[in-house]
Amino acid sequence: MTDIAKLEWRGVRKRFDDAPVLDGLDLSVASGRSLVIIGGSGQGKSVTIKVAMGLVRPDAGEVLVDGKNLIGPGLKWGGGRSRRNLFSRVGVLFQGAALFDSLTVWENVAFRLINADGVSRKDAKARAIEALARVRLQASVADSHPSELSGGMQKRVGLARAVVANPEILFFDEPTTGLDPITSAAINELIVDQVRGLGCTAVSITHDLASARTIGDEIAMLHGGKIVWRGAPAELDRTDNPYVRQFVDARADGPMTSVVQER
Amino acid sequence: MTAADAAIPAVFKPIRSIGRSTLGALRMVGSVGVFSVRGVASVFTPPWFPGQLWRQLVAIGFFSLPVVGLTAIFTGAALGLNIYTGGGRFNAEQVMPQIVALGITRELGPVLAALMLAGRVSAAIAAEIGAMRATEQIDAMRTLSTDPFRYLVAPRLLAATLVLPLLTLIADIIGVAGGWLVAVRILDFNSSVYIRNTANFLQFWDVGSGLIKAAVFGFIVALMGCYHGYNAKGGARGVGRATTHAVVSSAILIFASDYFLTTLFTHT
Repeated sequence: MTDIAKLEWRGVRKRFDDAPVLDGLDLSVASGRSLVIIGGSGQGKSVTIKVAMGLVRPDAGEVLVDGKNLIGPGLKWGGGRSRRNLFSRVGVLFQGAALFDSLTVWENVAFRLINADGVSRKDAKARAIEALARVRLQASVADSHPSELSGGMQKRVGLARAVVANPEILFFDEPTTGLDPITSAAINELIVDQVRGLGCTAVSITHDLASARTIGDEIAMLHGGKIVWRGAPAELDRTDNPYVRQFVDARADGPMTSVVQER
Repeated sequence: MTAADAAIPAVFKPIRSIGRSTLGALRMVGSVGVFSVRGVASVFTPPWFPGQLWRQLVAIGFFSLPVVGLTAIFTGAALGLNIYTGGGRFNAEQVMPQIVALGITRELGPVLAALMLAGRVSAAIAAEIGAMRATEQIDAMRTLSTDPFRYLVAPRLLAATLVLPLLTLIADIIGVAGGWLVAVRILDFNSSVYIRNTANFLQFWDVGSGLIKAAVFGFIVALMGCYHGYNAKGGARGVGRATTHAVVSSAILIFASDYFLTTLFTHT
């Protein structure tokens, strides 16, 4: 582990209307490590990664990449250079894959290459087919449209799109939601392969503990806008932390119950 | 309701409602203003996406031709009949060709073509961009280092602004032809006299002012579609709401700007 974290949230706060979602969040991920954030619904997991992706502007605090502040209240938001710099270094697999309906599979995968990196369509298609092969999809699907694919295949295409430009940081938003256990296991395996293969840093959010144990080097639990526990996957079953115990044991009663009842 | 709201005496509640509505309307005007400035800036600054522009030119222009053409021919025909009936009350049936041409080119051609575009295109733009918002495709585009304003908004604004004058020109021709058809086939006008009267009467500015109006209306139609789609919230229901708002606000702004442009052109 290096001294400077690859990605760090420092005192990040975010409110929507009058409700605080992130309450001074401090979290960091070392280079080349895979961190999985778990937590109940509405606890701010999505906002946590969206702040780091540059999609949600924090009210306070900052997000540092390689020790450099790229997202923070003092920096230009809009089309700011720091945010563009961040976008060029990340890859994201969205919860519903978020593939562009009007484009073919290969155009989806090559979207960044063609529209942002100026790669020719011919070369971009070749690289897209290569990326599809890395997620075990045949070249024959390249000219299909996303609506013609199953949910699992769409996730694979989303993964290929996330990794095609060799990002430094990968974000996974609920990567196995809505998939059957077999497809989930396949997606988890692909995620591990891609993260290790690229040697990049990964941050995932999930409710799926099996997925968290498979893809994470470390797991952090988010509750009330803060990290309440952090440890290795094996420690999930040993820790006495009441939040983790309630979550892992899937109990309705516990410290998170009042939050659930209020919703 | 907050505690502060509950503390307000009942007599002041209507005033509070008016205040809230006013603030909401002002907020929306500001928001549309900022959105349109960003949209226009995106049209003039790189990167440009010519493929997207071409796609929109075809979707907005070419595929709107049938609906605009049908609207124009029936409007021209009905306008001709009405002018003939009205003109007959003071023995002025012979002015029908001139009035049809003037009414179509200055007013009905651009306004009806724009309203058809509002129904067909503004709704489609709002639905498409709204669905992209709901399914995180716009967020995905951002993380793929592509500005959604340049990729989605700018081509639509430019395409609609360029294409509606062309559609209006076609609507003008078809609308005048509708009037001619009724005049010659039903009202026994002489065909060549009708055409000569129309051609001799029309001035360049009659057509030109209609085309300028059309460019403004095209911009409004695309802007409202993009704005409401881009700001859609709340899944399928939000997309439906965005579509309705896009069509209604386009129509209102078309009529309002038509009045102001007509006033401006009348005094110049």
